[in-house]
Amino acid sequence: MTLAQAPSYPVVTGLGGETVGFVAREDYVEAVRALRDAGYEMCVDVCAVDYLGHPGRDLPDGVAPERFEVVANLLSLSKKERTRLRVQVPESDCVVDSLFSCYPGTEAMEREAFDLFGIGFIGHPDLTRILMPDDWEGHPLRKDYGVGRVPVQFKDAPGPR
Amino acid sequence: MALEDLSHNFLTGRLEDLVRWARRASVWPAAFGLACCAIEMMATGGADFDMSRYGMEVFRNSPRQADLMIVAGRVSQKMAPVLRQVYDQMMEPKWVISMGVCASTGGMFNNYAIVQGVDQVVPVDVYAPGCPPSPETLMHAILTLHEQIRTGELLRRPEVLAGADDDASSPWTPQIATAVRLGTPK
Amino acid sequence: MTTGTRDTADVGRVGSSGALIAETSERGQEMRRRADTLPDELARETGAVLRLPEGIVLDANSIDIERPSDETMIINMGPQHPSTHGVLRLMLELDGEFVLRTKSVIGYLHTGMEKTAEELTYVQGATNVTRMDYLSPITNELAFSMAVESLLGVTVPERAIWIRMLMSELNRMSSHLVWMATNGMDVGSTSMMIYGLREREMILAFFEKTAGLRMNLNYVRPGGVAADLPDGWEDDVEIICDTIEARTYEYDELLTGQQIFHQRMEGVGSLTAEEALALGLTGPLLRSTGVPWDLRRAMPYLHYDDVEFDVIVGTYGDNFDRYAIRLNEIRESIRIVRQVVDKMPAGDYRTQDAKVTPPPRGRIDASMEALIHHFKLFTEGFRVPAGEVYTAIESPRGEIGMYLVSDNSSKPFRLHVRGPSFVNLQAVPLLMRGGLMSDTVTVISTIDPVMGEVDR
Repeated sequence: MTLAQAPSYPVVTGLGGETVGFVAREDYVEAVRALRDAGYEMCVDVCAVDYLGHPGRDLPDGVAPERFEVVANLLSLSKKERTRLRVQVPESDCVVDSLFSCYPGTEAMEREAFDLFGIGFIGHPDLTRILMPDDWEGHPLRKDYGVGRVPVQFKDAPGPR
Repeated sequence: MALEDLSHNFLTGRLEDLVRWARRASVWPAAFGLACCAIEMMATGGADFDMSRYGMEVFRNSPRQADLMIVAGRVSQKMAPVLRQVYDQMMEPKWVISMGVCASTGGMFNNYAIVQGVDQVVPVDVYAPGCPPSPETLMHAILTLHEQIRTGELLRRPEVLAGADDDASSPWTPQIATAVRLGTPK
Repeated sequence: MTTGTRDTADVGRVGSSGALIAETSERGQEMRRRADTLPDELARETGAVLRLPEGIVLDANSIDIERPSDETMIINMGPQHPSTHGVLRLMLELDGEFVLRTKSVIGYLHTGMEKTAEELTYVQGATNVTRMDYLSPITNELAFSMAVESLLGVTVPERAIWIRMLMSELNRMSSHLVWMATNGMDVGSTSMMIYGLREREMILAFFEKTAGLRMNLNYVRPGGVAADLPDGWEDDVEIICDTIEARTYEYDELLTGQQIFHQRMEGVGSLTAEEALALGLTGPLLRSTGVPWDLRRAMPYLHYDDVEFDVIVGTYGDNFDRYAIRLNEIRESIRIVRQVVDKMPAGDYRTQDAKVTPPPRGRIDASMEALIHHFKLFTEGFRVPAGEVYTAIESPRGEIGMYLVSDNSSKPFRLHVRGPSFVNLQAVPLLMRGGLMSDTVTVISTIDPVMGEVDR
């Protein structure tokens, strides 16, 4: 990762050899823009993770764990490298900046994160639900949202009367 | 619907058979392929498992022109109203085959997003199990439906069910529907 | 615990047509009139992709759409439509036959697979993931298995790697054959539909012989593959390769040699490399613009660096380039399969690590330890240490990625799938802008979306 200056946020090496950066919410878009100018032409994926109930994740010092994380995966075609940025998003103030102005291809991915997790993206052109019906209540992929199983014979259903 | 009320003589009996033959020999499916089962439905229409020998290879894109809706694939909450709307647009007589376990019971996706069985939205005549059902299974389901149309079992079903409930003391034995027995090759 | 409700009992109301339209309306997700759309979204729907430099703000009056909005018509295409390749709904603002704005509404096949993945063990995970991109199930399973294996730190035996390559390339061939079939059908060539499906049946018969299932094979699992290749597989594969290779020349003659096909596909739906990179497109869509990016060549996984194959690249980024790329990728896959047949080593088809792989059935009767391993594996499953990983491979549609977060239990904590079609569909407004209604069909066809992985 040849940035103009060394990143100010902690960086570890991931399992595939890629660099994983833990950036604060305020510096998120700036960091992504710097990476884009350093040669990461494509934003491959933006997703969200709900860490409610996780036994304990491995965060570097100085990074305070919050309930949600927004993860942006970037790809450099020229250097054949990947990198990842993880942003902690608190439950009480569940918004983060949108990468749409930087990478227009994140439009659908951020809508999906909004739909399934309820994380708002500031600066997104059209933040509406994308996968669930428009009048759905709740955000299904959150950990406190049930799977919605129907009781099935021999597994969940009450016994014979 | 009124045909079975007539006491059949030579002429009316034959007319009813003719109508039923016409109905089962050219059942035109409505294109309602949703997911993986749709690919197997396309394969059934292809050259190796030809549906055209039963007069069925024309998948009508407009539900107004179709007789049969093969619900091929998982029906999500967003798709259920669309499914009902397409079904309502079809003209009588119409039939529904629920293809695959996702359409029949929700399949392996017992969660918030999938309607647990398409029979919660439309009335189903034949259920075809499998994930996805191989084209042979779908052909069996279609032939079972043809048998049901040929024997008029669809119209007789309410009476058959009413008869079975009378004998409450005997243990329930599964009744193999005439259509399935006749439709199953030996 | 909140559970969203959608009362399906209300669905069957057959009243005035107003009630039915209200039921199937997606309100906020649909295309709105121009006056009600924000300028950024309006720009996006008309196909604007590249971002303005810093400091310049988009002025609503500067978005020039040729016709005033009272002379145009917003129509709906789908979700039940013969040509939308599944349940994709497109809302188009038309000026006669010309498309001005496009908005796609997806979610009609949303299955909650990412939520289901949190309820299934890692052994069962492949069954869930395989149904996302149902035309190339092996690629889904492969990406998932590779993600799990890198978290587990387990090595896969050589033979398993080569078997995975064989099945991946056969899957690529069958997926591209389905694409050729449906693309031909969309353009009007029903014989191409029959040919494509007929060739695919040969590959599916081989899949059934090896894995037990024609589609949605639960074959590639963490640790290796589920079963060894059957006896005589070299002959079967050779027959498949020879037959399909000869037939690709027939398709060439049928489609490429036809003027109507050229007129419908050339120059339609053009894309530049800059726009493709900005949108995050991968696969044949990106390669048609001239960018030679194929993960099998650029960031090789399995043993793709030990086989020779070409990366097919287009020039103009239009429909015809994408068709040519897919046709030639079938030939390249045949080339790879032939090399795999020569290089296939003997050995185990799955790792011998007893914590990951169930023991052979025969040993369960003899050894108590084997019985306990089998029991633990199929009731609880193996535990994966806590961590996170992003693994990406090249599916016939582009880069499929698995972002897997584990928490030292037997079930994934979070599985996010980066579906290539989900991202590729963002190119639809750009490719349809200014085209005719009939071009929308070919554009959708050459983007090759599989709605299972778009909606998951």
